[in-house]
Amino acid sequence: MLSRLRNPWPDHRAERLLGAVSLLVGVSVIAMIVFVGVRAWPVFEHDGLSWLGPGGNLETQIANMQATSVNPPASAYHLNAWPLVYGTLLSTGIAIVLGVVIAVLSSIFIVELAPARLRRLAIPMIRLLASVPSVIYGLIAVLVLVPFVGNHLITAQEKTSVQNFAELTGAGLGVVVVTLTVMITPIMIALICEALMAAPVSWREGAVALGLNPLRAVLAVTLRAIRPAIVAAAVLATARALGEAVMIQMASGGSSYTPNLSHGPLIFLYEPLRTLASAIVDYHEGIGAPALQATLYAFGALLLFSAFVLSIAGYMIKLPLRRYQVRG
Amino acid sequence: MSVYAPQLETTSPPPGAKRGRRSSPWTWRWGDRLVLACAWGAGLGLCAIAAAIVLYMGYQGIEYLRPDLLFTRPAISLSQSHSGGILDPLIGTALLTAIGIGLAFPLAVTCAVWIAEYGRPTWLARVVESTIEIVAGTPDIVLALFGLSIFQLGVFAPLSFRAEGGGVYGRSFIAAGAMMSLIALPPLFAATRDGLQAVPEHVREAAFALGKTRIATIRRVLLPSVRSNIATGVTLGVSRIIGDTAIVLLVLGETLHIETQGPVPIVNLLRGTGSTLTSYVYDNSPAGEGGAPQKAYAAAFVLMVFVLGLNLLVDKIGNGSLSSAI
Repeated sequence: MLSRLRNPWPDHRAERLLGAVSLLVGVSVIAMIVFVGVRAWPVFEHDGLSWLGPGGNLETQIANMQATSVNPPASAYHLNAWPLVYGTLLSTGIAIVLGVVIAVLSSIFIVELAPARLRRLAIPMIRLLASVPSVIYGLIAVLVLVPFVGNHLITAQEKTSVQNFAELTGAGLGVVVVTLTVMITPIMIALICEALMAAPVSWREGAVALGLNPLRAVLAVTLRAIRPAIVAAAVLATARALGEAVMIQMASGGSSYTPNLSHGPLIFLYEPLRTLASAIVDYHEGIGAPALQATLYAFGALLLFSAFVLSIAGYMIKLPLRRYQVRG
Repeated sequence: MSVYAPQLETTSPPPGAKRGRRSSPWTWRWGDRLVLACAWGAGLGLCAIAAAIVLYMGYQGIEYLRPDLLFTRPAISLSQSHSGGILDPLIGTALLTAIGIGLAFPLAVTCAVWIAEYGRPTWLARVVESTIEIVAGTPDIVLALFGLSIFQLGVFAPLSFRAEGGGVYGRSFIAAGAMMSLIALPPLFAATRDGLQAVPEHVREAAFALGKTRIATIRRVLLPSVRSNIATGVTLGVSRIIGDTAIVLLVLGETLHIETQGPVPIVNLLRGTGSTLTSYVYDNSPAGEGGAPQKAYAAAFVLMVFVLGLNLLVDKIGNGSLSSAI
């Protein structure tokens, strides 16, 4: 066997073998989409798109699902997933807006402002931030940030003002957004830095020669040129934030409540929430019940679909960048 | 923008400022100075957060990690002093990493070689490449759901843990390892493909001129020359696998001890369930059922040491750019 491997392979056979293995990978990915779709189908069959709408109490609906037997009636699939969709959009949206601002500023810092010695220190630090496992972020959020917010920032008066709707323990939107921002910013910084470095220096030099100060030249010329890279970075980070399950499950307070801005902006940030991905972690113990299983796969299918749309969007956005050889 | 209205401050330098030097920020407009301060603040702030995480985890780890924790098995106990060590999670992490990389490495390198060197028919190569892009963007929790649904099929039933009644749960080291390989695949594939595409064309032409076939060129010339790219890819894959929690929670079964299944020595381990460092941290945090933060900190410290080590490794073998590691 080994000696046969050592002998030179015929070229055509090698090509077919390599192609077959690659095809296997492709097929297994398509199988993933099909499997998740098929398992999720009963939910969309029974409820249609009103499944995504508001109304009803999500926790009692899921408890009903767990109570049903092997052959659940059609009514058992009924769910209004709006609290989860809302929680996902809310946490992702705020984290992306904050993250883009921080990422652009710190990319300018790394590429243009920092002295060489500081840059050599900053790059590994930010890379480390990207590779810390999400469970460690979750642990820090739940053991450090949540008690701090719960004990020092939330007043007793704020707790009593919403006690009929939600229990304010500190775990909630604010902690989730802060942790999520720290998690996704390094991904954006990597892409934005790359584009900043690849943008032609002569453009900026031209702007400086016309009398702009160096910072304004970067803001007015280079940053404009790399706008597609910034959007592509935001799209990539959105995909990452949507799928974040474990950290959010740990830090969000685990209640299918929809944070309500009318309670006041501060209380809004303290209110608990649940996202699509964290709901899968929350309820995975009950996956034996067919109705709940289909529902969890429907959450997964929704995430898969969003990730798919985002990756197409990212590809389309990066197309104009190819024009000036900026790889994003 | 004021491209056509140059600012007076910079066109006529104040007395004392030398010509040809960078303009001093103190002569800039307030708005520019504010942006400058924010940029410094954002950059230094992120570095400070990274340093704080490392120092905090290090402090907690040194406080709670005892050497004997690494060699004792976990036990079920309400008090943190009797709940044992983290031997089983450590073994679980090592085993899962080995299975995941063992599956992902040949697949990823083969795909990369095929796409970079053969890639015919073109449409098929593009389809395979975009499916790998899809996996790269897929949340790990969705991959975990996929793993459950695949390994619950009757065909794969012998590969996973089985309850007393014969019900197939689709949970085992093999199932979780296969899903982990999907997580490690995209970075490994991208690193190898980018390396191959960066090899200059004349290297291939020289090999062909010497009478080597295409596959011989790949094996003897191209793969050895992209060895450092592959090493970077493997390191990134390993750090993804050891950091993943969702797949462990759903597909590995999150049992406290490594439970074997069946009589055959190594196969029963692969068919069994277990836990990893990440699921151990999760279970012992207030979010999981066990409220043992000291044990969670100790395990998280070990995890952090691994992550730091892998980071240093990427630094050493990679080309040092920020994006090569994310």
